[in-house]
Amino acid sequence: MLIRDAIGEALQTIRTQKLKSFFSLVGVLIGVTFLIAVVSIVQGMNVYMEDRFANKLVGLNTFQLRRMPNFNSGNVTEDEWRGWLRRPRINYAEAAAVQTRMKTPAIYSRWCSDNLPVTWSGKTAKQVDVWTADADIFRIKNLDLATGRMFTPQEARAGVPVAVVGWDLTDRLFQGVDPVGKEIAIEGLPFRIVGTVQKQGSLFGISLDKFVLVPFDSPVHRYACRLGFMDEFHVQAKSAAEMKITLEETRETMRIERRLRPQQEDNFAMQTAEGALEGWNKISAILFTALPALVSISLLVACIVIMNIILIAVAERTLEIGIRKALGAKRREILAQFIVESATLSTLGAALGIGTGIGLAFLVRATTPLPAAIAPWSVGLGVFLGVVVGMTAGVYPASRAARLDPIEALRQE
Amino acid sequence: MSDLVIQIRDLTRVYEMGAETVQALRGVTIGIRRNEYVAIMGPSGSGKSTLMNLIGCLDTPTSGEYWLNGQEVSRMGDDALARVRNREIGFVFQTFNLLPRATALQNVELPLVYGGIGSRERKQRATEALSRVGLADRMDHRPNELSGGQRQRVAIARALVNRPAILLADEPTGNLDSATSEEIMRVFASLHAQGQTVIMVTHEADIAAHAARVVVLRDGRVASDTVNRQGAAA
Repeated sequence: MLIRDAIGEALQTIRTQKLKSFFSLVGVLIGVTFLIAVVSIVQGMNVYMEDRFANKLVGLNTFQLRRMPNFNSGNVTEDEWRGWLRRPRINYAEAAAVQTRMKTPAIYSRWCSDNLPVTWSGKTAKQVDVWTADADIFRIKNLDLATGRMFTPQEARAGVPVAVVGWDLTDRLFQGVDPVGKEIAIEGLPFRIVGTVQKQGSLFGISLDKFVLVPFDSPVHRYACRLGFMDEFHVQAKSAAEMKITLEETRETMRIERRLRPQQEDNFAMQTAEGALEGWNKISAILFTALPALVSISLLVACIVIMNIILIAVAERTLEIGIRKALGAKRREILAQFIVESATLSTLGAALGIGTGIGLAFLVRATTPLPAAIAPWSVGLGVFLGVVVGMTAGVYPASRAARLDPIEALRQE
Repeated sequence: MSDLVIQIRDLTRVYEMGAETVQALRGVTIGIRRNEYVAIMGPSGSGKSTLMNLIGCLDTPTSGEYWLNGQEVSRMGDDALARVRNREIGFVFQTFNLLPRATALQNVELPLVYGGIGSRERKQRATEALSRVGLADRMDHRPNELSGGQRQRVAIARALVNRPAILLADEPTGNLDSATSEEIMRVFASLHAQGQTVIMVTHEADIAAHAARVVVLRDGRVASDTVNRQGAAA
């Protein structure tokens, strides 16, 4: 009963002194805004990186056998880089050996890519990702068709000039015309479109739909790759556990193929989705380590500010305290009143902080490709911190109020 | 003996002010019966404020005994005193001492809040108390929307709402003009007529004249204790 009265009293005080109250709760507001916004953005990033980045670019349970890592986690020295560039590319024989010696069931695709112009009926799309791959790439990359069909293993093997195009080309080059059956020119070479892929969306603002997928041995191959070599050899296992085994098997085969001595390092790389996430995981770990520190600092400041405000309130309202004591308020009732007032103020700040934090997260979602996701636990934590900061800040001023001598207090004008 | 609502015996109060000790009360003995109307008078420095604080349970004596409504309050701790103030004493102050941001009704409800009374009963009793002082139509007004006399009547309603053993008024007309003072004195007289024990501290003789008994303090002692024939009960 008394708590409800105290909260009402606190809200009334806040209403009558809007500006002062606002300034006093700015600290909590900033701290909680920060908490909510950073957690939302990091969590959003996590979902994004795992769902889209890793699985779109690498594929689920998939790795890419390459000359060097595709997504490195940052700290590569000049020497390391030069070493990577000296490595041999993956050749057909090596890929074939990996495939034939693999005991674990898997699917495979050779892969090369280049940026080439694509022309249709006098219009040209520049810088289109031209991917040359084997037929299983549709399963590996989980490409769902919008219209038409995939190219067949037979077409892939024979190098028939057929193509499957991404959404951007369907949309921009063909503009409403069904591309299936149409003939396009890739770097001047004629290809017949047999299918279109559903919209993939974008990653960090870069479209994932601006591509043409053609059989590995089709005529553009000579632009994309040197004969006999490939950029990547994709291997997809049936599960994460099996992928670990295929990784080891591949490594063994490659070391044998390349006659590496035990003390020699691998001169090839196997890029997994996990590996691609390594860099991000580091950043996210740093943010999650730094976050409590930053939030604590702003909440400590908030605590001091609120304590100060409540001390001023106690000084200003000494007469009120005297009146309340004369009317029968016990020490702990005065103590509770000011602690509740402090906690109410602080919790209000936290509530506003949650509001601005969520607002900020939505703003990030609306203006950037990041899908900031509000974490319910961070909202709960925000409210909890608001209450705790307020109560902590209130203890000292409230105990001073509670200890006031009623006679002295009543003397104040 | 049993109808003594206040029984004070050899009450002393010594203040330590740095190295100096001030003997504010030097042994006061008074008994006040139920439904008496007593004025306590005396020049400044006579100890009347100290006595009022002791009677009001805002302070504890250095020595002596104080029995209020059958309880010895002179040996009580802070929280027990707070409880006694809440139940047994209705304060009326010179400066009214209403909470400025609360309405008349909320001000009157305050002692009931500390008495742990539920909100419905609180509202009902506060409304009753305001009606008794003729302010039923001013319940939702804040102190700054009320005249001085109305404020003091709100304060009286607040003092009465817990049905205290004594109504303790400290210079209740000190901030009021003479017409309004008379109005407040009529309220006191009517409360006294209804059976309320009233104790009033004042230095104004014409205000003290409304009381049935006048106790005069001088130098921390009772100088005179007389029945006032012109007073309300005479």
